[in-house]
Amino acid sequence: MKKLKREQIRYKEKVDAIAPKSKTLSGCIRAFIAGGLICMLGQAIGDVGSLLFSFSETDRASFTSIALIFIGALLTGVGVYDNIGAWAGAGSIVPITGFSNSIVSPAMEFKREGLVMGVGSKLFTVAGPVLVYGISVSILIGLLTCLFS
Amino acid sequence: MAHKKLGRQTLVFEKPPRIISGATIVGDMEGKGPLGKFFDIVIKDDTWGEKTWEKAERKMFEESVRLAFEKVNLNPERMDCMLGGDLLNQIITASFAAREIKAPFLGLYGACSTMAESLILGSMLTDGGFFDVTACVASSHFSTAERQFRMPLEMGGQTPPTAQRTVTGVGCSVLASSNYEGECIMDNIFVTGGTVGRVVDMGISDANNMGAAMAPAAVDTLVNHLRDTERDISYYDLVITGDLGSFGSLLFSDMCKEKGVDLGDRHLDCGNIIFDKNQNVDCGGSGCGCSGSVLNGYLLKRMHEGDFERAFFMATGALMSPTASMQGETIPGIAHGVILERGKL
Repeated sequence: MKKLKREQIRYKEKVDAIAPKSKTLSGCIRAFIAGGLICMLGQAIGDVGSLLFSFSETDRASFTSIALIFIGALLTGVGVYDNIGAWAGAGSIVPITGFSNSIVSPAMEFKREGLVMGVGSKLFTVAGPVLVYGISVSILIGLLTCLFS
Repeated sequence: MAHKKLGRQTLVFEKPPRIISGATIVGDMEGKGPLGKFFDIVIKDDTWGEKTWEKAERKMFEESVRLAFEKVNLNPERMDCMLGGDLLNQIITASFAAREIKAPFLGLYGACSTMAESLILGSMLTDGGFFDVTACVASSHFSTAERQFRMPLEMGGQTPPTAQRTVTGVGCSVLASSNYEGECIMDNIFVTGGTVGRVVDMGISDANNMGAAMAPAAVDTLVNHLRDTERDISYYDLVITGDLGSFGSLLFSDMCKEKGVDLGDRHLDCGNIIFDKNQNVDCGGSGCGCSGSVLNGYLLKRMHEGDFERAFFMATGALMSPTASMQGETIPGIAHGVILERGKL
């Protein structure tokens, strides 16, 4: 980070003090409702899947994830998910549907730049860091588990 | 010895050029805003029949120049020079539109201050006796700017309350020298001077708080302008800023007061008036096209009709770059001022 001068620090403090703030409480409530509804939907999909196809526990989890990813991608494609996100905030970013949204939206955006340098290279611009650090941490935990168990 | 310069940063024109015509093209959302009826063309679809948003912005740029010249029965290819810019990398909107227009072209980048920058430079070149007719143009497009500076459009997320929405719009002014005798749609608006802004950085690093990043630059330019010209703020009926937005405007008038300049009710911000509060735009509009379209579509018309005599138009720019931001840089701001005065030939 760049080191700030004293007058810059004073200005920043002033700005921080009077800047309009996000409404944290109503934001949390909306995130809770939206996130909860998405999880309920996931639960329902899992239950219906088990009932119809009598899945094992792992198959059931995979089925639910795939279905939610599909729904997230579809809603992104028809231009609805960004509106949900604008209302729900983290409530629709954290569940797996948000992950799907973060991959489909750059894919849609960069298709005009071609399949290789457009979609291919920009697909993970948003989800990339999550994948990189998610996979890195799981490798680390895997190694630790292997060492200490 | 420079004899047309006052003080440190201010220029005074001997033969002030006139703004003889202007044209604006804006997007659907801007068209639905409070100033909708003042714009020449409102495009309903943000690609305007083109394959990409970049191509659409380019078409808006080109068509606005053609329209501004059409209004005064001039052929744009015959103009002396076009000065303009936009927000995209390598200013592709302006330069690719210039490829079609075929007039001599000087590309500018001043972030959202481009409208004032082009007017200052255009007026200097006109007053200097180099050009008779020039076009000054600035454009921005919500969708092209979002993908370059922020997130993909369909990505679902929230903006903080200090964020502003990039205006889809382009504004073109046609400047003519004092001895121009052709047709004009405005005959009494002169650019009598200008103040070239300094880059001011007060340490704001939040790209969603451009108003706070640019406000100190606007204060700097205004205060230095008044000092250079030894004028009191009451000389102007209106101080127009480009896109400080509601929060930036608050900081601006607050800091002006601290410097002993009481704006009273003579401050107006283009970003504050282009959208309506219930259009869900947080702190208002931003982008080169914000001040470009509001100036040419609304303010110059009002001035032409005599609603105000003298205005100081400051387009404000946040000179940020996503790369510099990721490297931990703060956002430098700039504001260029243009003196607009009603007068007689």
